[in-house]
Amino acid sequence: MAMNEQEILEGLAEIVNEETGIETEAVQMDKSFTEDLDIDSLSMMTIVVNAEDKFGVRIPDEEVKNLTHVRDAVSYINSNQG
Amino acid sequence: MTATHDRRVVVTGLGTTSPVGGTVPETWEAILAGRSGARTLPDSLLAGEHELPVTFAATVHTPPEEVLSKVEVRRNDPSGQYALIASREAWADAGSPEVEPERLGVALGSGIGGVWTLLNQWDVMKERGPRRVFPLTVPMLMPNGPAAAVSLDRGARAGAHTPVSACASGAEGIGQALTMIRSGRADVVVAGGTEAAVHPLPIAAFAAMQALSTRNDTPEAASRPYDSSRDGFVLGEGAAVLVLESEEHARARGARIYGELAGLGMSADAYHITAGEPEGAGAARAMLEAVSDAGLAPEDIAHVNAHATSTPVGDLAESKAIHRAFGAHATRLNVTATKSMTGHLLGAAGALEAVLTVLSLYHRTVPATINLEQQDPDIELQVVTGQAATLPDGELAALNNSFGFGGANVALTFRTV
Repeated sequence: MAMNEQEILEGLAEIVNEETGIETEAVQMDKSFTEDLDIDSLSMMTIVVNAEDKFGVRIPDEEVKNLTHVRDAVSYINSNQG
Repeated sequence: MTATHDRRVVVTGLGTTSPVGGTVPETWEAILAGRSGARTLPDSLLAGEHELPVTFAATVHTPPEEVLSKVEVRRNDPSGQYALIASREAWADAGSPEVEPERLGVALGSGIGGVWTLLNQWDVMKERGPRRVFPLTVPMLMPNGPAAAVSLDRGARAGAHTPVSACASGAEGIGQALTMIRSGRADVVVAGGTEAAVHPLPIAAFAAMQALSTRNDTPEAASRPYDSSRDGFVLGEGAAVLVLESEEHARARGARIYGELAGLGMSADAYHITAGEPEGAGAARAMLEAVSDAGLAPEDIAHVNAHATSTPVGDLAESKAIHRAFGAHATRLNVTATKSMTGHLLGAAGALEAVLTVLSLYHRTVPATINLEQQDPDIELQVVTGQAATLPDGELAALNNSFGFGGANVALTFRTV
């Protein structure tokens, strides 16, 4: 069953926390992965792969560079989830 | 005693996570009490398609998950986790010295590297494909991963080095730190060794070489250096770290000084890829070099923390080397083999034994070797057994031996200050 944006945000925040230790509350729609959350490209790849597993989407490598903000990732997952 | 070097190097901090304790005080207490860290492996390591020929090891006393954050555990191979734990304890023990980052170094040896990461990620790749391989796999499996992690943790910028010489790696890390400080490249170096190879593959591989004890029913009695019935070593894991510092730097900040790292001796056998040269010529050269590098004579050495892994050939060859180096003084040395309790930590062994040698001098107490019931008649050494030996007052010096596959011999001389 498809998740709404809030549920996706919460799920994504859990993945970010697991990988980086960043508090789930800090992962908000308007935050930039690199500028605000200080997530490096290696961690980002793990987050992407774990998000694919969790939400049943495929996020191509060339798409990852467009996902600069949490909102971008949530929208992408929302429109592509199976 | 004459000073042979302009800059003397002292020990101001100690740290370890070992098979017998999660800290230095816990480890020292267990060593004095004669407790073994060898135990039957958990089912998770033993459950496989094939039965392992050896079903026990000296695993770390305190799981790293109890000490580090979830993210630190996730992003470091166990060898890096152990290194972080031991180095943080050593740093705090040294009083968290203030030192310019460019004058602070790391020299942390490892024998095998991130074997857990390598094999786990190979499983991930086979089962789930290359895209699921963890992006930090390379920095986690590279042998200098732990040194790099400690360098990052401490902000150490004078250099982060990883000597790799199998079971001499930890001692060589300490030797490299000595050289760094003596040469003026650093004032303080976080030095030692780390290893995390208690995994079914290394166990099977060491067993295939007939290097391991097979006393599966009595793990605690399996590591028995110098005993007539010794049948191989017990695989151990963990890390040990010393904070080494120029004496000038340590005195200026009023640091507590455990002792002096006074000498280093190194040699290579060029004899056989795994077996030590049976007459101990190379090992004896390393010992004598370590003694003379400290400005001492062989008769000045009171105690030897031996490499003594509990293999039939190795213990005998080291005994011959000690006789070759020390002559008539050989039988007057207080010799101990702490691997009887800790097992063999491979690339961390020399560092853990250096910590124990420093403590033996500091407390003037040499811990007893356990499981020595009938001393091999060909090994004519005064091995401390039963209860700890007390060392006399006054200036004292001790030697710590480490030998590695590939023919590496490293000896370190410590002395009281």
